[in-house]
Amino acid sequence: MPTFVRTEKCDGCKGQDKTACMYICPHDLMKLDKDGSETGHAMKAFNQEPEQCWECYSCVKICPQGAIEARHYADIVPLGGSVQPMRGSDSIMWTIKFRNGNIKRFKFPIRTTPEGSIDPYGGKPMPKMADLTAPGVFTKEVMGGYRAGKPEELIRRK
Amino acid sequence: MSEGTFENPKIVEEELDILLIGGGMACCGAGYEIMRWADAVKAETGTELRIKLVDKAAMDRSGAVAQGLSAINTYIGTEQDPADYARMVSNDLMGITRDDLAYDLGRNVDDSVHLFEEWGLPIWKTDADGVRHDGAESIKEGLPLLKDGGKPVRSGKWQIMINGESYKWIVAEAAKKALGLSRIQERVFIVHLINDKNDPSRIAGAAGFSVRDNTIYIYKAKAVLLAAGGCVNLFRPRSVGEGSGRAWYPVWNAGSTYAMAAEAGAEMTMMENRFVPARFKDGYGPVGAWFLLFKAKAVNAYGEDYMTKNKEMLNDYPPYGQAAVPASCLRNHLMLKEMKDGHGPIYMDTVTAMAKLKETLSPKEVKHLEAEAWEDFLDMCIGQCGIWVGENIEPEKKMSELMPTEPYLLGSHSGCCGIWVSGPTDLGAPTADDPEEEGVPSHLPRGWNWGYRSMTTVKGLFTAGDGVGASGHKFSSGSHTEGRLASKAMVKYAIDNKDWKPEFDETTEQIAETIYKPVRNFLAQKDYTTAIDVNPHYITPKMLQMRLQKIMDEYVAGVATYYNTNDKMLAVAEEKLEMLKEDADKMRAKDLHELLRAWENYHRILTAEAHMKHIQFREESRYPGFYYRTDKNFVDEKNWHCFVNSVYDKKSRKWTCFKRKHVDLVDKSKLFKAAAH
Repeated sequence: MPTFVRTEKCDGCKGQDKTACMYICPHDLMKLDKDGSETGHAMKAFNQEPEQCWECYSCVKICPQGAIEARHYADIVPLGGSVQPMRGSDSIMWTIKFRNGNIKRFKFPIRTTPEGSIDPYGGKPMPKMADLTAPGVFTKEVMGGYRAGKPEELIRRK
Repeated sequence: MSEGTFENPKIVEEELDILLIGGGMACCGAGYEIMRWADAVKAETGTELRIKLVDKAAMDRSGAVAQGLSAINTYIGTEQDPADYARMVSNDLMGITRDDLAYDLGRNVDDSVHLFEEWGLPIWKTDADGVRHDGAESIKEGLPLLKDGGKPVRSGKWQIMINGESYKWIVAEAAKKALGLSRIQERVFIVHLINDKNDPSRIAGAAGFSVRDNTIYIYKAKAVLLAAGGCVNLFRPRSVGEGSGRAWYPVWNAGSTYAMAAEAGAEMTMMENRFVPARFKDGYGPVGAWFLLFKAKAVNAYGEDYMTKNKEMLNDYPPYGQAAVPASCLRNHLMLKEMKDGHGPIYMDTVTAMAKLKETLSPKEVKHLEAEAWEDFLDMCIGQCGIWVGENIEPEKKMSELMPTEPYLLGSHSGCCGIWVSGPTDLGAPTADDPEEEGVPSHLPRGWNWGYRSMTTVKGLFTAGDGVGASGHKFSSGSHTEGRLASKAMVKYAIDNKDWKPEFDETTEQIAETIYKPVRNFLAQKDYTTAIDVNPHYITPKMLQMRLQKIMDEYVAGVATYYNTNDKMLAVAEEKLEMLKEDADKMRAKDLHELLRAWENYHRILTAEAHMKHIQFREESRYPGFYYRTDKNFVDEKNWHCFVNSVYDKKSRKWTCFKRKHVDLVDKSKLFKAAAH
């Protein structure tokens, strides 16, 4: 399903060199048409290769104007449905509209800590170079995730 | 230096100790682990290692987890042993995996999962009454973290449920903070590895280009982690219009890991292996939660459970057919029987499953259950929701079709193709003194360890995630862990080689011209015709990709032939791929975006060629349900219970395939029931 950009809503991320959708698209699909020569809509973004779109919705979720939606693959899906998210800092809300007009709404958590709050090495040990060849990762002693395993299971170990 | 132009790109050269290629789960794990060890090196020796991560996309949403996930598929827990995990991996991949790699991953993977939870990933929990709570609710309820004994919600023996929309975003935040922004370069696509001038079996660096400005980046490095995902769209997909982007695995996984490693001379392993997931038709939505959490059954068009109806067929493949949980390929094998007999479509019976669950649940719980079913898609495969809304499918009212997809090549999910790597030394793996099959080229190491964990047979070149072959079932958490294990070994390698200076076996100009060849082709020939896409002197990346897909689909066991091939068809494919590879030199790129596609498709061709050569070499059908060699339509334990490995010579552009001896490090007999006949 290619994503598409609503002409009236997109502001080209206010004339910056790159738009949010360009920044995020994992497949380099979103493009800012600076002079309107490609789409007829200057300073607005568009999906330059719709048949390569994975429908990951990264652009839909990140667009500050809510200007990006998806029209499900024309070669597969009957028209009329839509699946639209609104992603907040700790949860995401989905509005799902069926072709027959039925609507469902769901809200799911996405994160239990504030964005940007990760302290990667806070409370973690500083390893010693001598342990570089020992099995396991540097947080082995503190994260409670190392599973030593029963020695008798290893049938060739001498 | 001034800005580059499309005609004259700027060249930026940088000298590093360690280069990380990719930005997915594996490289995020590597980035997190490596900086702590680099800090230790600095504290103890005063040496500051020069480290950089280069991603062709943006780390917040790159790699296979970009969209999110609804489960972590590898979590061992306290109740299982890493040996159980290694056994499961082996059985699902028809007996030919490296127990050392699987076991090592199994004993370490939960550490990463515990970190994810600490960083903010919501993980579902079961309370003392057996009631399940989503990741946010379980915190409000005061349920303990996994690390403190919290009970996850198991959707299967190894899987745990999460609210994973922001999974990658969270994991990337930790990696980005650990590395620091000065050590990260996004939107640069590394396309070419460079060997050392004085030792061709050693890596000296890598090069690529920016997809944003006209710049070529050339990195010298002592150690390189190549973790750029698996390979998608090398076969013609079932949908060839707009829907061709709706691949099951991410469409941006272009085989770069395999192609670049092979060109650098790394020994590949099990490239004949593929994964053909049976998924919800067209959207490729996940089925795991439906089977495991909601206990739904897959049935043929007449309501028959084909796993029961056709179970005798499992006896054709001892001992693998007799495992408590038959291998994924064998489950496909039973499904394909129904399709070929004309009993399709195949359905997931969501209606019966939901009705059964409703019998024992309160209306509130039912509503919750419905949300869980939708979240399963919304977290990781929104496209499937798009199909359901378009076709008015509500799972409690209408069943949904299942379909086996086009083949995928990968090493981290339920597949095991990839690169042959050095494993851990403390698990009883074969050493250089153990017997080996005949025909292994003499320059390659003997045994399963040659000094550094996760190093390929090219000195200094490491891999992780989809790159590590002959293991599989690592998924997101395991790929992160593998990146961490590799990065430790890379630090050790960089220190051990601290006085060694890499020298390229190619000049800067040669590297730049190789990378920009498609641009040169375009600029030199574009005015020859009046139609930009039709020109006898070049081929568009898109058409080249379609040619590749047609060859693979029709001759190398794609969906067109119900996954059948034979020696004759492979010989035809071999010839056609040869010409395709020659024509790849004539790919054009009219802009940087198309240069990205050109290189992706070059990587796809080499990966596809490896796949074809390995299937040709392995004279049996090791993965019934994933592919069949109709001229050798059996599993031959006597002659082919072994790895098939290969090396590629970039000068002659030829592959050499050979056997490697398979050895069990854990007892596999525990998996199997007594043979039924």
